[in-house]
Amino acid sequence: MPDLKTITIKRARKSLDAKEYSALELTDSYLEEIRKQDDKIHAYLEVWEKTAREEAKNADKTIERGESQPLTGIPIAVKDNILIEGRVASAASKILENYTASYDATVIKKLKEQGAVFLGRTNMDEFALGASTENSAFGPTKNPNDLSRVPGGTSGGSAAAVASGMALVALGSDTGGSVRQPSAFCGVAGLKPTYGSVSRFGLIAAASSLDQIGTIGKTVADAQALFNAIRGHDEKDSTSLPESSRSDLGNSKGRTFRIGVPRSLFANALAKDSSERFEQSLETLRVKGYEIVDIDLFANPQVPLAVYYIINPAEVSTNLARFDGIRYGLSIKAETIEEVYSKTRGAGFGPETRRRILVGTFVLSSGYADAYYRRAREVRELIRADFARALESVDAIVTPTTPGPAFKFGEKSDPVAMYFEDIFTVPVSLAGVPAISVPSGTVVREGVSLPIGFQIIGTHGSEELLFAVGKDAERV
Amino acid sequence: MISKAVIQNLAKLARLEVSGKELATLEKEIPDILKFVETIQSVSEKPTALSTTLINVMRADDPPAGGPHEGGIYTEALLKAAPTRVGDSIAVKQVIKRSW
Repeated sequence: MPDLKTITIKRARKSLDAKEYSALELTDSYLEEIRKQDDKIHAYLEVWEKTAREEAKNADKTIERGESQPLTGIPIAVKDNILIEGRVASAASKILENYTASYDATVIKKLKEQGAVFLGRTNMDEFALGASTENSAFGPTKNPNDLSRVPGGTSGGSAAAVASGMALVALGSDTGGSVRQPSAFCGVAGLKPTYGSVSRFGLIAAASSLDQIGTIGKTVADAQALFNAIRGHDEKDSTSLPESSRSDLGNSKGRTFRIGVPRSLFANALAKDSSERFEQSLETLRVKGYEIVDIDLFANPQVPLAVYYIINPAEVSTNLARFDGIRYGLSIKAETIEEVYSKTRGAGFGPETRRRILVGTFVLSSGYADAYYRRAREVRELIRADFARALESVDAIVTPTTPGPAFKFGEKSDPVAMYFEDIFTVPVSLAGVPAISVPSGTVVREGVSLPIGFQIIGTHGSEELLFAVGKDAERV
Repeated sequence: MISKAVIQNLAKLARLEVSGKELATLEKEIPDILKFVETIQSVSEKPTALSTTLINVMRADDPPAGGPHEGGIYTEALLKAAPTRVGDSIAVKQVIKRSW
C-alpha cells in the first residue's frame, strides 16, 4: 500500500487503474489511519465507514470495466456544511446536530458521478464563522503539527485530515479565508475559487455574497484535480457563472509572468522568519523566470477587514434567520411561537454565531444601515476596483496567507484579535477573485516546526494560472 | 452608545434569547467590534461603477424541460426534517391571537 503521507491523486489513479491495489484497499487504509490518529486530532465529526467501503467496492467495479474517471475510488473528506442526501450535515452547530440532508449538493452530485469515496464529514467553526475551529459545538480540531495549536478555520477539519493522511483530498468552504488559512496552518494547498465558479447549491449558507466551496490537497495538483471535478455552471445557483467566464492559459504559455507584491500591506505585520519564508517563495518564482515587481494595492489594509466584518455579519444574520425551530433542526418547546423561535435560537447557536447575528442585526437596522452596511458595500466596490486595477499590470499578486503560523488554543479569545487572522485573505473574498495558498516552508515556535502559506491571487476565472504559479512556488 | 438596552433590543429583533451573564460580555464585545468596523469611515472615496458588478440574473418564465415535477414527490423528504408534524403539515404554535 502507498504511503498516505505522500500519495497524490495522480499516483493513486495510476495504481488503481493498474490494479496495484483496489479502491477498497485504499479506502480501508484511510479508515485505519483515521482509527489510529483521529482520537487525538478530531478532524472528523463522523466517519462513514460502511458507506465508504460500499462506494469503494462500486469504484472497483467501475475500474474493472475500464471506465474510471479522474476521481473514481479517490477517498475524500467533506466539510460538515455540504449536504449529502440521507446523511447528517450539522455545520458544527447544536441547532443542526440531528439534521439529515434531504438532497445532494451539486458538488456532491458531481463527485458521486465520478465514483469518489466519501470518508466522513469534517469539523469546522460553527456555520463557518471563525478562524480556528474553536467555535465548533463539538470540540476543536487539533493541528497535526502541534496538538497544542489550532488547525486554522473554518475548514480546519478538512485541512487537518489531508495534512495527517486521513483523507487524500477534502472539500472546504471559504468565506473570508476558511480554506486558505487552515491550509497554510496545516501545510497543505488550498484553493478559494472565483466567486460563482463552483455551485453553492447544497452548501449551508453563511454569507452568500462571499461563500465559495474550495478544495484542499497535499499538492496544488490535487487541489486542482478536485476543483476540476466540481466546477461549472449550475442553474440551481443564480450566482453561478457561465462556462465562458473561465480563462485557460491558452497561448500565454511560455510567456514571462509578472507577479505583483503589495509590500505595504504586510510590511509591519510579519515576524522576521515569516518574512524570510515569503521572500524565499518569491525567490523560487524569480529563479523559475517570473518577473517580480512591487505594487500598491490599498492604502489601509484594515479597511477591507472592516468592510468584511460588516458585510459578513449582515448576511449571516439574514441567512441564519431560517433556523427557527419550525421546519428542521433543533426545536425547543414553548408556550408561544415567539418563544419557540428565541429559545431554539438561544439554545442552538454558539457564542460567535450569536455575536455575528447581533452585529449583523445592528448594521442592517434602521438608522444605521446607511452608515454601516450600505457604506461597506460601496467600499467593497472600491476594493474590487483596486484589485482590477492592480491585475491589469500584473498576472498575479502574492502575499503571505496569514500574519504568522498556527496559534495556541485560547490565544485569540478577543473576537477582534481573531478577525485579524483574516487580514490577507478577506480582501480577495470581497473582490470575488480566486486565490490559492501553497506551502511556504516552516518557522519554529517553541521548538516545533510550523508550516506557513504563500497566497497567490489572480483575476476572475484565472484558476489555471494560479495552479501553474502554485506548482512553481509550492515547497512540498 | 451601545447600551445594554440596545443589545437587548437587537436580541429581540433577532429572536435570540440571551442570558443576563452573556449580556454583560456582549456589552463589551459588540462596541469593540463596531469600533473596529468603523475603520471604513476613514475612506472618503465613492465608487464610480457600483452597477457593473451587480447584475440581476433573469430567465424566461417557462416551465423546465419536461414540464413541472409531479406534485408531492418531495413532500416526505422535507416533512421528515420537521420537528412537529401533523399529517402532511408542519405543526406550529398559534401565530395570531384574538385581542378582544
